[in-house]
Amino acid sequence: MTNQAALKQTPLNATHRELGAKMVDFGGWDMPVNYGSQIEEHHAVRSGCGLFDVSHMLPLDIRGANVRAFLRRLVANNVDKLQVSGKALYSCMLNEAGGVIDDLIIYFMDENWFRLVVNAGTAEKDLAWMEKMNADWDMGLTLTPRRDLAMIAIQGPNATQALNEALPGVDSITANLKPFNAAAMGEMFIARTGYTGEDGFEVMVLAKSAPFFWRALMEAGGKPIGLGARDTLRLEAGMNLYGQDMDDTTSPLESGLAWTVDLKTDRDFVGRKALESSEITRQLAGLLLLDKGVLRSHQKIITKHGEGEITSGTFSPTLQQSIALGRIPLGIAPGEVVEVEIRDKKLKAKVVKYPFVRNGKILIA
Amino acid sequence: MNIPANLKYTPSHEWVRVEADGTLTVGITHHAQDLLGDMVFIETPATGRTLAKGEECAVVESVKAASDVYAPVAGEVIAANADVEASPESVNKDAYSAWMFTLKPANAADVAGLLDAAAYQKLVESEAH
Repeated sequence: MTNQAALKQTPLNATHRELGAKMVDFGGWDMPVNYGSQIEEHHAVRSGCGLFDVSHMLPLDIRGANVRAFLRRLVANNVDKLQVSGKALYSCMLNEAGGVIDDLIIYFMDENWFRLVVNAGTAEKDLAWMEKMNADWDMGLTLTPRRDLAMIAIQGPNATQALNEALPGVDSITANLKPFNAAAMGEMFIARTGYTGEDGFEVMVLAKSAPFFWRALMEAGGKPIGLGARDTLRLEAGMNLYGQDMDDTTSPLESGLAWTVDLKTDRDFVGRKALESSEITRQLAGLLLLDKGVLRSHQKIITKHGEGEITSGTFSPTLQQSIALGRIPLGIAPGEVVEVEIRDKKLKAKVVKYPFVRNGKILIA
Repeated sequence: MNIPANLKYTPSHEWVRVEADGTLTVGITHHAQDLLGDMVFIETPATGRTLAKGEECAVVESVKAASDVYAPVAGEVIAANADVEASPESVNKDAYSAWMFTLKPANAADVAGLLDAAAYQKLVESEAH
């Protein structure tokens, strides 16, 4: 099977093993896929509070006098939306062809310090790209990968209560922290963000403190959640997964991410020219399987305007039905029924507006 | 590891129970369901269907992945378990009572070619390393 020695480990690796997690090779990281039942973990996040080790993702501090100018050119969303310290922005970082190098979160702390969080599998590629741009544009910035930090996501309707209980003194922060905002608390960094469609936090702590913090969160009612449920939760919440729903070869405008691309201002950013000169022919759509079965990535979608492909598919524990995101031709509207090829069958699926689930509630008819 | 001594096994992780009348009851092993995780969809073969040894004849899908179930020997499908289709999670609860289908073997002697519990245990252990 996998060569354990070659896999990277988060500061919580031993904790996951003590908790009996099933560990898998996730893009070179030794990560928990579940601690027993993936479906029970999914429901625990929708109804209570779940804990996720997301330390494989990379926090990256960018410091210097020109950070804002750098990010204005580097990413497709507009960092000028960030004017209050702690405010976060979701954005794609594009290549010259308008393909997505990565999707990331940018936290504005002060004019000399922005913190980014990038995906695990793309971290090295991202860092190399940013360093190249830093040099090409003569920005003189310092980019510091923060592998000394662990990151724990605390998600669900009881997330605030669990965090307040596990971390004395944090209640003064959680009481005032709005969604998509962050605050520093000593060495810790507390962001009201997540990847589940529920209220919650992503908290960065020094790696050495992570196991103790994790146990405290468990004592406060947080249940450990593996990457399996992380995927079903984010798909129900209609959130893209890099490498599946978009990558270096796809436009954000054909990936359901037009809302993150700022073309209103005349700001020049990498990939803008390509986006503005290319024709959009496809869209990312939500699908609800009407027949029995499970939608999976790469299955063929057949529509009246041509073929498409499932980018992410799963069984939704909340809907008790299979759901997917798929890239299909333009002109297919929500409510229309398409076919999906599963093995030797063509099954019926309805195109729906996503997200499928938010804050524990089913949003689609 | 949960590998009952009274059953036969295949290298593709099906269990087989030889009934008194010579028919075979087939399911997937505890180890197989453990690898796949929470089951959410099962499709069993049509009764009367004739199967070659190793033919794909049922599908089990967990929340994580789809997996085929193969015919342990050649034969004809006598019955399929509608209960397991209605409650896929029963495979996670007890893999050895959640049978998928029964098979009348084309040659009763083929059963001798299946693995016994000790041989299957060895196979599972070898795959874990």
